[in-house]
Amino acid sequence: MRDCVTSAGTLGSVYGNDFGTPQEGDQRPRESGDPAAFTQLLADDCRIEPRDDMPEAYRKTLVRQIAQHAHSEIIGMQPEANWISRAPSLRRKAILMAKVQDEAGHGLYLYAAAETLGADRADLLDQLHSGRQKYSSIFNYPTLTWADVGAIGWLVDGAAIVNQVPLCRCSYGPYARAMVRVCKEESFHQRQGFEILHTLSHGTAAQKAMAQDAVNRYWWPSLMMFGPPDDDSPNSAQSMAWGIKRFSNDALRQRFVDMTVPQAEALGLTLPDPEIVWNDERGHYDFGEVDFTELFEVIKGNGPCNAQRMAHRREAHEDGAWVREAASAYAAKQAESGVGAA
Amino acid sequence: MKDWPLWEVFVRSRRGLSHVHAGSLHAPDAEMALRNARDLYTRRQEGVSIWVVRSADIEASTPDERDSFFDPAADKIYRHPTFYDVPEGVEHL
Repeated sequence: MRDCVTSAGTLGSVYGNDFGTPQEGDQRPRESGDPAAFTQLLADDCRIEPRDDMPEAYRKTLVRQIAQHAHSEIIGMQPEANWISRAPSLRRKAILMAKVQDEAGHGLYLYAAAETLGADRADLLDQLHSGRQKYSSIFNYPTLTWADVGAIGWLVDGAAIVNQVPLCRCSYGPYARAMVRVCKEESFHQRQGFEILHTLSHGTAAQKAMAQDAVNRYWWPSLMMFGPPDDDSPNSAQSMAWGIKRFSNDALRQRFVDMTVPQAEALGLTLPDPEIVWNDERGHYDFGEVDFTELFEVIKGNGPCNAQRMAHRREAHEDGAWVREAASAYAAKQAESGVGAA
Repeated sequence: MKDWPLWEVFVRSRRGLSHVHAGSLHAPDAEMALRNARDLYTRRQEGVSIWVVRSADIEASTPDERDSFFDPAADKIYRHPTFYDVPEGVEHL
């Protein structure tokens, strides 16, 4: 019988820090600085919690991955926010605002998870702003038309969901629990994108062409979101051993293709890959080779919007400084007069 | 933001249930922490009541001490009803 929660989903709630007993009934012996305890927890598919002993490399890998994930959520607000003021109806505008607000929320859940590992929030933002930490390369592509908002929801959020669902079972408790919350909210994102494209593809010829163009431009970058191929992914094996990663990049990419091809048919749109064909023997769709040189170029900073995204992010942070200062000053004043502030 | 304290957020999802830890956030004071928590953790009506507590004010047991702290309960299985033998046919016990 397991004496620990092995799936964050069964907790039914999302915890940030671990202040109390990890799980009732967990009587596993554990000693300070004992690497065997960490290994045993992983072997039993138990969650690692913030105050547990863990190898420094495990902690560092998680901080880097969670921070990069958080940065992606925050930067990911930009391509879509670009269309809030030009959404074609009040309904679409309200939906898009809710979605962009969700992305901000996802970033905040993830920064909080990174902080349970000893990272400092302001320091993580500094690292994003100075380019020392990365964010997902997909957000360096422009949103040229309203259909791009649909393509992002359908393809980009669709790929993100395939990537993120296994993270709900990640070995690090706070990360896994943040992902449970993120995944619950993400499915609305994908559906609203699909709905936008479905509406366009059943509209005028020009609207359908706009939808097809968006899919043409976002298809390959979406496949790149799963990262380099397995034989060129040096950190994957260690992350799998640590239970941070549950499936390989190529396995997740295949899952996404299998899921998406029938959806494209339902939309009446084509995917820009003539090699997509059902393979009866494998029980999967075959698809063409992804151009990973493009991925590496975008990661290096040579994508179409890298400079713009970073400049906008830094500007927003600097423009918000007076708000943060005012809030601090107000809190200090209230504390002095002994009213309100704790 | 560097000097804004960290707050732990507890949300009561429905009447009749207790507040459950939902996550954490930074805020300059309790009032802002509450408003921030509302926006961050109850965007989909996940709560009817929120508590915020400064993380620094929480005292926690440590994993290192866990054995000595919790073991005294381990050998008292007679605290559970399943410890007792009940003769066949005896009901409502």
